[in-house]
Amino acid sequence: MDWFETGWGLSLIVFLPMAGAALVLLMPRKQERAAKFTALAFAFASFAGSVYAAFTFELGSSSQFQLGTDLSWISAIGSRFHIGIDGISLPLLVLSTLMTLLCIIYSWNHWPEPHNPKAFLVLMLILATGMNGTFVALDLVLFFIFFELVLLPMYFMIGIWGDRTKIRLPGFKKEVETRLYASIKFFLFTLFGSAFMLLGFLALYFKSDPHTFDMIALAEAGRAGAFAGAFGGWVFAALFLGFAVKVPMWPLHTWLPDAHTAAPTVGSVLLAAILLKLGSYGFIRISLPILPEQAQQWAPAIAILAVIAIIYGSLACLAQTDMKRLIAFSSVGHMGFVMLGIATLTDVGINAAVIGMVAHGLITGLLFFLAGSMQHRYHTREMSRLGGNMKLMPVLGGLLGFTAMASLGLPGLAGFWGEFMALLGAFNPLDGLSLTVFRTAMVIGAIGTVLTAGYLLWMLQKVNLGEPKEEWTSKQWHDADRFELAAWIPLVIAIFAVGVFPKIIFGATDGAVVELIRSAFGG
Amino acid sequence: MIVNQFLVLAALLFSIGIYGVLVRRNAVLVLLSIELMLTAVNINLVAFGQYLQDALVSGQVFALFVITVAAAEVGIGLAIVILIFRNRSSANVDELDLLKW
Amino acid sequence: MVMLAAYSEGAAHLTDGGLLAQWAWLIPVVPLVLMFGIVFFGKRLPMKGWELAEAAMLFVAVYGVALLVMNASDGISYEGSVEIARIGSFTLEWGWVVDGLSIMMYAVVGVVGLAVFTYAKGYMKGDVRYTWFFAAFTMFAGAMLVLVSAPNLIQLVVGWELVGLASYLLIAHYWEDHANVVAGNKAFLVNKIADVGLFIGVIIIGVTVGSFRFSDILEAIADGDSALQQVAFWGGLALFIGAMGKSAQFPFHVWLPDAMAGPTPVSSLMHAATMVTAGVYLVGRMFPLFQTDGFAVDVKAIMMVVGALTLFLTGLIALVQDDIKKVLAYSTLSQLGYMVTAMGAGAYTAGLFHLFTHAFFKGLLFLCAGSVIHAVHSNNMSDMGGLRKAMPWTYRTFLIGSLALAGIFPLAGFWSKDEILASISYDSGHGGGTIATVVLGVAIAGAFITAFYMARAVYLTFFGEYKGHAHPHESPKVMTYPLIGLGVLSAVAGFANIPGIFTGFTQWLAARPQVMGDHHAESIDFVLAGIGLAVALLGIAAGTRLWKRDAATQQARDTFRIPVLYPVLANKYYLDDLYAKAVVDPIKGPIARFTNWTNTYVIDGVVNAFGAVSVFLSRIVYQGVDQRGIDLAFNAAASATGEAGDAVRYTTSGRIQQYAGGLFVGAVLLVVGFLIFT
Repeated sequence: MDWFETGWGLSLIVFLPMAGAALVLLMPRKQERAAKFTALAFAFASFAGSVYAAFTFELGSSSQFQLGTDLSWISAIGSRFHIGIDGISLPLLVLSTLMTLLCIIYSWNHWPEPHNPKAFLVLMLILATGMNGTFVALDLVLFFIFFELVLLPMYFMIGIWGDRTKIRLPGFKKEVETRLYASIKFFLFTLFGSAFMLLGFLALYFKSDPHTFDMIALAEAGRAGAFAGAFGGWVFAALFLGFAVKVPMWPLHTWLPDAHTAAPTVGSVLLAAILLKLGSYGFIRISLPILPEQAQQWAPAIAILAVIAIIYGSLACLAQTDMKRLIAFSSVGHMGFVMLGIATLTDVGINAAVIGMVAHGLITGLLFFLAGSMQHRYHTREMSRLGGNMKLMPVLGGLLGFTAMASLGLPGLAGFWGEFMALLGAFNPLDGLSLTVFRTAMVIGAIGTVLTAGYLLWMLQKVNLGEPKEEWTSKQWHDADRFELAAWIPLVIAIFAVGVFPKIIFGATDGAVVELIRSAFGG
Repeated sequence: MIVNQFLVLAALLFSIGIYGVLVRRNAVLVLLSIELMLTAVNINLVAFGQYLQDALVSGQVFALFVITVAAAEVGIGLAIVILIFRNRSSANVDELDLLKW
Repeated sequence: MVMLAAYSEGAAHLTDGGLLAQWAWLIPVVPLVLMFGIVFFGKRLPMKGWELAEAAMLFVAVYGVALLVMNASDGISYEGSVEIARIGSFTLEWGWVVDGLSIMMYAVVGVVGLAVFTYAKGYMKGDVRYTWFFAAFTMFAGAMLVLVSAPNLIQLVVGWELVGLASYLLIAHYWEDHANVVAGNKAFLVNKIADVGLFIGVIIIGVTVGSFRFSDILEAIADGDSALQQVAFWGGLALFIGAMGKSAQFPFHVWLPDAMAGPTPVSSLMHAATMVTAGVYLVGRMFPLFQTDGFAVDVKAIMMVVGALTLFLTGLIALVQDDIKKVLAYSTLSQLGYMVTAMGAGAYTAGLFHLFTHAFFKGLLFLCAGSVIHAVHSNNMSDMGGLRKAMPWTYRTFLIGSLALAGIFPLAGFWSKDEILASISYDSGHGGGTIATVVLGVAIAGAFITAFYMARAVYLTFFGEYKGHAHPHESPKVMTYPLIGLGVLSAVAGFANIPGIFTGFTQWLAARPQVMGDHHAESIDFVLAGIGLAVALLGIAAGTRLWKRDAATQQARDTFRIPVLYPVLANKYYLDDLYAKAVVDPIKGPIARFTNWTNTYVIDGVVNAFGAVSVFLSRIVYQGVDQRGIDLAFNAAASATGEAGDAVRYTTSGRIQQYAGGLFVGAVLLVVGFLIFT
């Protein structure tokens, strides 16, 4: 299939969901089945395409951008439709298409209020285009458009289908609905960051000679020292703000727990599994190669923030009473490990970051699925009211136990490699980086794994184990249904597979990461 | 050629227009006043076009454009006024605060 | 006494073990695969999944023993691996190592596991989660085998953590009860804290050497790698901290007594063959790191002290326990202290030999305890007594196990404990210095305490009158046969290594490509052996004496406690009383109680305080910093924007003419401004 390899394949993966969204939009609102099947078909086609791309991808030269194309697009500003994938983006692209597909399967019979599957599916598919596009874009303008495209559907998902409980917030006079507060907070935080990011992109464009938005050309210019000095510092800071909000890094994380808590299940899943990765992916794809010198200056600061996030996230988890909020804060900690890996600027660390991103996507995605299903059944997320879930719903409880174990970094499951390798990278960061800072970070990060184990075991103890409370024992319980299992089992298998045979990810990433480090830092 | 008299005429017309827009209550009269202001501008355009001896006669051409746009605007404006009148039985601008907040 | 400074002939005559070694990857894989079989199909099988678990252990036992036999005739050293990923310059591998050390562990895990799994069929009968229990139990053994078969540090970490997970699942097996869940959490978390050390040690050593393979690391040590020398102390210490967690050394031992919350077969396997032996195994696997000059030799002194502290303090605590499983648990801690001390004294063979013999008799003792508990429905010895007649087989095997543990000639414990004493004594003359001499004294005192508390346990359980309420009866055959099997092994396992006469075990263990550089006895040191035996007999005598004296009062017999101020003159045996009062009572009474108190309030207190502090910190961080600090700042910014909007909102009146007026005024101002500035 030659046509597939000349850019058509990737374009289809990216735009098929969008086409699906358009088609669903044209359907009458009453035809729910038709809308669901259309969305499923398009999401599946996109997923199948990404799997086919993974098999077509030449692992031997994973540092090269493959299956891409470079077409004239907005010639006035020299922005081109330049797409392609290398070993770093490939796993994330597959993860993104997979999660979209699973979310549609999961939603089949689980529509959050106010129902309206048509609109929900349209938003999900648009979101998919944004996410997939970000991972294949090699042009800054294109990247920015996809990056921002993600924002709107998620805003509406949280704002319309979100949690309607009223909350009182410090600093506000009136009570507000959780969903409204969270959606606006999410939108403003991300927009705030991306405004700076856009400034950074423009600065890079005007500084480069000839003016270009092309990431590869910019990376070459960056290596040659075109963005050295204070200019580069400002640009790095601007990009940092944009990506750090998305990751999210401490102290820009506060939108995350609110957004996760308020979002409908599928929204939380996509938010945790894919959206957070856009930020860390941006660091690897844009900040490091284009501004290597500044990356080295900023690395210790990033490492310190990452370690703070690890400890801070875990401690905040221990203080939670709301299950979804706990999982949300756990993301802060886990993404801390990812950022620690990136900050080491070594092949080990960045490999760890990518596998950590994939693992976090699989594991936390599954955790949010499970938390959502539990909320659906118990109508509460308060952990103090739950308990004995294992007894009421053994399958759901068993899966929750499994996923919690995966989340605390149990070896043999996916989460382990990201954490352990990030610590490994921190022991020996890039030459010239402060050993003291990074080794201290390693030790603190390792202590963070204890806290991580602590809050997850605590959660299991509260939710899963013990005797069920009286208010639940008289109710009729339905354990996981077909659609839920169909959405979860692939994730369970993937968590196992990546854990036992990490080459699934490392095999693709290693070549690309080594080449990135070699060309950017000479290490 | 002296443009002053044209400019004075245009300024007068414009001022009458402004007065009408700000003071009259009837929406139709407000619209008519806007037309007056446009006419004033047209006079200016033609006068300057002639005065500068522009080879492309852009002043006159531009005046034609303004007349066309003004015609369209009056069409839409009167339609709106009629709709409002039908809904509210009044074309009194004071009572229209649909744009508030 | 002659000790060899190094076992020089080690590397010479090793074979690759042929097909048997090449297929040894099945040893960890079969149990893990069968575990999935039990999870998915167990409930549909006629014996509810037990048969799969038993099959797994039978396979491991047969394979392990076959390897052991082959290793005994020809030393085997084989290593196989499959690459699972390559990142940068590191290679990650799954593999299996077949050498003297791992073969010994395969055999022990297999044989003890087989006995325990068979026994568990009877013990767990009618359990609420029978199938699930065997799945987790199989995973426990499988994880240990993953650990033991690891040819590299990464796989070791994997097995290590999986063992921790399995122990959590098994300790919290009856999770309806809050206390059990807490015990499981405690075990997992204390281990996880120690694992910070393991992680750091693995990283330090692996990154410095550039490879995680044991063979590469040990080779670097043999070559005197200078980069490794610089970090060896910290790397070695960090690894040892990890080992302290799994092998429950002071002060990480707190999880182990709580772990008794699990069903008794779990305790048996955990204490005998899996889990707690892992730490000792790790030290054995990395032994040259600690033994070679210029590397982590200094860690050995720490090891010795930690081991001695553990063996003494926990032994004392065993004296005052009423729960029979807790007596055995503290006894395990004490014996692990012996193993670690031996390792610290540079006695690789002696330490692992004690691991080997201890696996049999401690496995046996726990199974016997389980059998008793099964019969009387209570863990407390104050509910037992006089069971000798009702449970003859349990009694006989428990007695053998106790004597073996106490170190009575010619049972297994005698030989291994004697070898440890000999090694420490040797070390005190060869580099160990004063520490080793003191530790030797502590170890001998420990032997007394061991015999003492075992004698007490035997008397309280099997002698006197029955004090419980249930009707005791001998356990079914499926439970007594494993007892007899392990009883035989406890009696004879010691003959595997008799210095100067038959040194089979020494040679089995030496089947490794690297020279271990340990020292071990060439002949029996009769003086030390005599002291050890005498001290043990004294301990038993002390136990007997006190039992007879206290038999008079029901209360004293129940608790087996001696009042501190017992009227001296009233006692007929003045010497006995003096002995009891001057030596035993203080040890057993205040000192043991103090230790127990320290244990409960100081160390547990520290652990609890750590927990409390984290919870406290977490509240501050979340409520104070996150919600009231960072979030408040963002919310205030949002709120301020909103208020400002409210303020200017009134300008939008909706009056077209106001807007137009504004427009006009603005235009005029602009024109005026333009005129002024040009």
